[in-house]
Amino acid sequence: MNYFDRFAIPNPSPAIYAAMVAIGLTVIAIVVGLTYFKKWGYIWREWLTTVDHKRIGIMYLVSALLMLFRGGVDALMMRAQTAIPDNALLDAQHYNEVFTTHGVVMIIFMAMPFIYALMNFVVPLQIGARDVAFPRLNALSFWLFFMGAMLLNISFVVGGSPDAGWTSYFPLAGNDFSQSVGTNYYMLSIQIAGIGTLISGINFITTILKMRAPGMKLMKMPMFTWTAFITNAIVVFAFPVLTVTLLMGTMDRLFGANFFTTTNGGMDMLWANLFWIWGHPEVYILILPAFGIYSEIISTFSRRNLYGYKSMVASIVIISFLSFLVWTHHFFTMGQGPLTNSIFAITTMAIAVPTGIKIFNWLFTMWKGKIKFTVPMLYAVGFIPIFTIGGVTGVMLGMASADYQYHNTMFLVAHFHYTIIPGVVFAMLAGLTYWWPKMFGFKLSERIGKWAFWFIAIGFNVTFFPMFFTGLNGQARRMYTYSEASGFGPLNLLSFGGALVLAAGFALIVYNVYYSTRYASRNIGSDPWDARTLEWATHSPVPSYNFATSPKVDSIEAFWDHKKNDYPLFKGEVEEIHMPNNSGIPFIMSCIFFVWGFSFVFSMWIPAIITTIAIFVLMAYRSFEKDDGHHISVKEIEETENKLRGGNK
Amino acid sequence: MKTDHSLPLEYSTEQNQLNILGFWIFIGAEIMLFATLFATYFTLANRTGTGPAGSEIFEITPVLIETFLLLTSSFTIGLAVHAMRIGKKNAMLTFFVITLLLGLGFLGVEIYEFTHYVHIGAGLQTSAFTAVLLTTLGTHGAHVTLGLFWGLFIILQVKKRGLTPGTANKAFIFSLYWHFLDIVWIFIFSFVYLKGMM
Repeated sequence: MNYFDRFAIPNPSPAIYAAMVAIGLTVIAIVVGLTYFKKWGYIWREWLTTVDHKRIGIMYLVSALLMLFRGGVDALMMRAQTAIPDNALLDAQHYNEVFTTHGVVMIIFMAMPFIYALMNFVVPLQIGARDVAFPRLNALSFWLFFMGAMLLNISFVVGGSPDAGWTSYFPLAGNDFSQSVGTNYYMLSIQIAGIGTLISGINFITTILKMRAPGMKLMKMPMFTWTAFITNAIVVFAFPVLTVTLLMGTMDRLFGANFFTTTNGGMDMLWANLFWIWGHPEVYILILPAFGIYSEIISTFSRRNLYGYKSMVASIVIISFLSFLVWTHHFFTMGQGPLTNSIFAITTMAIAVPTGIKIFNWLFTMWKGKIKFTVPMLYAVGFIPIFTIGGVTGVMLGMASADYQYHNTMFLVAHFHYTIIPGVVFAMLAGLTYWWPKMFGFKLSERIGKWAFWFIAIGFNVTFFPMFFTGLNGQARRMYTYSEASGFGPLNLLSFGGALVLAAGFALIVYNVYYSTRYASRNIGSDPWDARTLEWATHSPVPSYNFATSPKVDSIEAFWDHKKNDYPLFKGEVEEIHMPNNSGIPFIMSCIFFVWGFSFVFSMWIPAIITTIAIFVLMAYRSFEKDDGHHISVKEIEETENKLRGGNK
Repeated sequence: MKTDHSLPLEYSTEQNQLNILGFWIFIGAEIMLFATLFATYFTLANRTGTGPAGSEIFEITPVLIETFLLLTSSFTIGLAVHAMRIGKKNAMLTFFVITLLLGLGFLGVEIYEFTHYVHIGAGLQTSAFTAVLLTTLGTHGAHVTLGLFWGLFIILQVKKRGLTPGTANKAFIFSLYWHFLDIVWIFIFSFVYLKGMM
C-alpha cells in the first residue's frame, strides 16, 4: 500500500473530507444524469469534439464561471478567518493553501478563460470571419486550459494543495520548505494551461491579421478586436517565459536541479525576476481586453462613436510595450539597489499616462451622449472611478522609496483588487450581459442585473476599502491571524461583511441566468442594444457559418452606417461555404495531458513516459490524417437564413 | 479550397497562407523561449558551486562536428525547398533524407556529449551552471529530435501523395523550423561554447 500513500492529504480536515464526498457525488450525478437522459452522444458530437469558435467560447465561459465560484469560496474563507482577531476557523497551513489557490484560480483559471471566452465568441464575428484561423488548435487550447484547471482543482483532495502563494517564490517553493506535492501541481497545471494559452495567442493573431472582412483595414477594426490583437501579441511574447520558468522550477523540484536553490550556485531571486517578466505582462493581458469591452459598451450606450480612436490604439500599443519593462516593481524591497529601483519606478509611473488617455477618451465619448444606463453601461460607468482609485494607489506603490512602507501589506491587496475587480471582473460581467443575447438569443433581466450590480459595486468597496487603512497601519498580507491589540479587528469585520454582500451579488447573477432562461422574451431580434459593430449584423443565435455572405466594410462602424445611412453591408450572392470538421483529438490529447501532468506531480515515471509517447503518437496521427473539412450548400444556407429571419423579424 | 496557381504551391491556398503566418508567429514565441534560456544561462554561467566551470568541460572537437553537421543540413533543406519549387519531387526527397541524416548525426554527437558531461561529474544536479547548460542544450536537442520525426512523416506523405498544396505547405514550414534551429545553434555555439572556452 506504500505506493498509494503519496495520494493522501498531508493536512486533512473535516472540510476537505466533505469536499471529497461532494466531488464524488457530483461526478456520479453527472455520469448518471448523462446516461439517464441519453446525452452522451449529444455531448460528444456537439461539445467535446466541436471546433466552432462560438461553442468553444461558451465552454470557456462556463468553466470561467465555475472557477469564479471556486475562487470566490476561497476568498470567503479568507475573509471569514480574518473577520475577528485570533480566529481559529482555519489554521496557518490551510490559510496558506487557500490564499495560494485563490490567486492561481482567479488569475489563471478564471480571468484568462473569461477573456478567451469573449474573444472566442466575439472576435471572429466582429471581423466578419467564419471561424478562427486554426479551429482545431482552438479546441486544443480550450481543452488544455480545462485539463490544467482540473489538475489544480483535484490537488486539495489528492496529495495536497500548493501553499507557497500564487507567485510561488523560491526558496519557499523549493523541496526544503514545500514538501508536499502541492507546488508540483502548481508547476504542471499552469504549464498545461499555459501551452493552451500560447496556442490561442498564435491563433488569434493569425486570425485578426489575415481573416478580416474585405475593406476592414487595421485602423478600421472595432476596439475590442484591437485589444484582442495586442493582448495576444503580449501572450505570444510573455508565455514562453513562463513555460521556461515553470520547466526550471519543475526540474528543481522533481530532478534535484539547482536553478533556484540556495546551494551549488542556485539563485532564488531568478525565479522572482522570471516570474514577473511573465507576470506583469499577464496583468495587461487581463486588462486590455477589458478596456476593449468598455470601449464597445460606452460607445454603444452613449449613442456616439468612440472618442479618440487613434489615441486609443496608440495607448494600447504603448501599454503593451511598457508592460514588459516594469516587472521589478513587484519586489522593490528585495535588494536591487537605488538605480534599478529608480528606473523601474519611472517606467511604472509612465504606464499611468496611456491609461489616463484611455480614461479621458471614455469620458469624452460619454460627453453630450444620450446615455442609456443598461446593466453593461452601469458596470462601465462604475469601473471608471473605482479603477482610478486602483490606478492612483498603483502610482503610490510605484514610488520605490515609499513602497518600503506598503510592500506586502493589505494596502497592496486593496490596490490590486481595486484594479483587477473593476478592470477585469466588472468588464467580464458587462461583456457577458452585453453579448449574452448574441450567444443565447435572449437578454438577461435588466432589473435583477441592476440589483446584482449594486450589490457587487457596494460589496466590493466595503470589502476592499478598509484594507487600505489596515495596510497603512501595518497589517501584513498572507497572515492567517492577528492579535486583538493590533486594532485591526473592526475594519476586518467590516471587510467580511462586504464580502458577504459581494457574494450575494454573484448569487443574484446566477439567479438572473436561471430566471432569464425561463422567462425572458426570445423575440428580441438580432440587434437588441442598437449596437455598432459587425457581430450584431448576423442572427441571434448565430448560425454555424456566422455570415451567409461576407460583409464588405469601408468605415470603423460599417454596421451603424448600414442601419442609419443605408450603406450596403452584404453585397455578394450566397455561395457554398467551406467549414472545418469536428475532431475528438483535441479532447483526447488533453485528457492524456491531464494524466501526464498527474504522473509528473507524483513522480510516477512509467505512466509519465507512456503518456508522453501517447501525446506524440496523436500528433503523428494528426499529421497523416487527411481532413479537408466539409461544405455547406447554398440551399442549406438559404433554408437556415429563412428560418432565422422568420424567427427574428 | 480555392487554389491560386500564380503563387508557389506552398502558398497556393488560403489555409496554406494562414499556416505559414501562424508558424512565423510560433517562431516568434520560440525566440522568446530560447531568449529566456539564454538570459538564464548568462545569469548562472559563473555560478558553478562546487562543480566544474565551462572552460573545464567544453571540448572543441565534438562541438565543431555538431556545428558542421547542422549548418550543412540547413543548406540541404534549402536545396530541398528549391527542388520542390521547381517541381522535382525525387530531388526534394533526396535532400530531405540527407537533411535528416545530418540531423541524426548531430543528435548522435550531442548524446555522446551529454553522456560525457555526466561521466565527468557535470550532471543536472551538480550546479546551477550545469543545470542551465544541460537544459539549454537539451531544449535545442529535443527540438531537433522532434524535427527528425516530423521530417520523416513529411517524406512519407510526399512519397505517397506527391507534391500537393498540403504536402508542399508542410515541407516549407518544416524548412522554416529547421533553419530556426540552426540559428539557435549558432547562438549556442558562440555564446555558450566559444565564450565558455575563452
